[in-house]
Amino acid sequence: MAPVLALEGVSKRFGAVQALSDVSLEVNSGEVLALVGDNGAGKSTMIKVIAGVGPPDEGEIRWQGRPVTIHSPSEAQSLGIATVYQDLALCDNLDVVGNLFLGNEIRRLGVLDEVAMEKRSRDLLNTLSIKIPSVRIPVASLSGGQRQTVAISRSLLGEPKVVLLDEPTAALGVEQTAQVLDLVERLRAQGLGVILISHNMVDVKAVADRIAVLRLGRNNGVFDARSTTQEEIIAAITGATDNAVSRRRARSEEGE
Amino acid sequence: MTQEKPAGPAGEAQVDPRLLVREEGFAGYLGEFRRRIKGGELGPLPVIVGLVVIWLVFQTLNDRFLSPQNLSNLSVDIVATGLISVGIVFVLLLGEIDLSAGAVSGACAAVLAVLSVGQGWDPLLSMVVAVAVGGAMGLFHGFFFAKIGVPSFVVTLAGMLAWTGFQLWVLGPNGTINLPDGLISNLTDTYFAYVIAAYGLAAAATAGFLLVSLVGNARRRAAGVPSRTVGDIVFRTAVLAVVAFGVAYVLNLYRGLPLALLIFLAVVIVTDFVLRRTKYGRSIFAVGGNIEAARRAGINVAFIRMSVFAISGAFAALGGIFAASRISSASQATGQSNVLMMAIAAAVIGGTSLFGGRGSTYSALLGMLVIQSIASGMALQGVSNAIQFIVTGAVLLAAVVIDSVSRRSQKASGRA
Repeated sequence: MAPVLALEGVSKRFGAVQALSDVSLEVNSGEVLALVGDNGAGKSTMIKVIAGVGPPDEGEIRWQGRPVTIHSPSEAQSLGIATVYQDLALCDNLDVVGNLFLGNEIRRLGVLDEVAMEKRSRDLLNTLSIKIPSVRIPVASLSGGQRQTVAISRSLLGEPKVVLLDEPTAALGVEQTAQVLDLVERLRAQGLGVILISHNMVDVKAVADRIAVLRLGRNNGVFDARSTTQEEIIAAITGATDNAVSRRRARSEEGE
Repeated sequence: MTQEKPAGPAGEAQVDPRLLVREEGFAGYLGEFRRRIKGGELGPLPVIVGLVVIWLVFQTLNDRFLSPQNLSNLSVDIVATGLISVGIVFVLLLGEIDLSAGAVSGACAAVLAVLSVGQGWDPLLSMVVAVAVGGAMGLFHGFFFAKIGVPSFVVTLAGMLAWTGFQLWVLGPNGTINLPDGLISNLTDTYFAYVIAAYGLAAAATAGFLLVSLVGNARRRAAGVPSRTVGDIVFRTAVLAVVAFGVAYVLNLYRGLPLALLIFLAVVIVTDFVLRRTKYGRSIFAVGGNIEAARRAGINVAFIRMSVFAISGAFAALGGIFAASRISSASQATGQSNVLMMAIAAAVIGGTSLFGGRGSTYSALLGMLVIQSIASGMALQGVSNAIQFIVTGAVLLAAVVIDSVSRRSQKASGRA
């Protein structure tokens, strides 16, 4: 079966900076793909390409096997790509229901159907086993982890096939990080393709199936999360394998 | 809104053990009430307490204060500035300010007078045109704010000056146009003297509230989401009934139900419905809460901003019409002096936050009651204008202090 989303030979240039050159990436349904890389490796540019915020200069995007172009966020959404940005952009003064349905309110005779929205919210949060005191309290009173889960749930209302999570565990405590990672696993269990952008190797190792490493705007390997050690991934991220010492060792190994 | 009791298995799955679930019965109400006060969720409580205190003080100073005649006049006096304040509430919900409302109301009153008296237009048509002119003026401010990016404070300050000039120009050298008896002056001078009118309205309001609550609750129960207890609904309905029939009784002791008050109440109820129960209203709250979130949710932020300023302008014009109607003339003084400050103060005193995203049009009603009660009480005592200004200023400051402090304690208890 074709991967739900595949990018091939994607390049993107900003003025004098080659942000991405010839990058390929694919994510399957029911899979968590971690996208890692140091600052400036091109992760953010990659998110923008997939989310439709910054279309690539070159390269092909295939959705369920057929070539597509994504020129705007709404095109990405209508394909079935949901993006959860790092700054969650929730309205603190609205309650959980209000935030979940913001912009997509259910209406009955032109009037907001609060009952239907509340029921749908509770159902959605229950399916994802998200624990929130009440769906009728302002988002301001939720913890960081709960806010993150609300933002992720919000992206799921459009019934996407791929969810793009940008640093979902940054700035979260231990327990809250666990909550969010649990949620990521439940998304996978529901057959969604999840692209997880993270700096945190522990989190990545905990939930990802495959780990794609970007370095200086290029692919630097895709690793199987279970059979790869953290050190190997960090080496790929930092390029630690690619230095004078490692090259010397490689030469001497060849020589023996 | 009280904290709702989760019901059914769906509720249990979500309940966080740390969550304080309200106990059943009266003790539960008290506990909930105490928690809200501590958390800074004061709602309309300070203004209602303030109103009771003000009424008691002025009644002890002068026993004519709570007379049916004075209360009836009070109920009509709040309407003109109250309508302006309704528009101000919309702007405050965005976290913006409209300093032009007073000038727009004066200018539109002048337009109304010139059209209906000077040009001999039909009074109703003149009113419609005046309100449309007010809306256009607001739209003009909104355009510069939303599209050009000029701060609302500056745009509406410029508007205040320019529309005041426009008002003087329209009125011409005489400066005052008297309105003859007719539709326009009848707006504030019509009373439904039949006893049944006021009581009927009170009964209809109570029955309507009860019906809406019961139907809504039945739907909620059918959908398996938390619903209110029957006791809760009965209690709320009883409170409303006491207030509604009390007001009706007092009004009937004088001249009956004033048309102006009826219009004002209708405006407040309809605008509150628009804000709380329509997609448009929800969008206003979203833009006032987090503009980036609103934009990402696909809300047309520029449209919301421009339309809100247009609404503010239209309500300012409507307020100007009632102000002109009350004194049966439009003059250079209409909408000038402290009308703007009164309208803003009313919204804030009534509980609408200056920080955006929090408030309701009921605050225009409650805030105007407070301000007009003070004005009326002091007028009865023969207090000078100077002191009236100082007292009203102090009340405004107190309201903003309550707003800021309650916001801080909301933050402290994680609810802001």
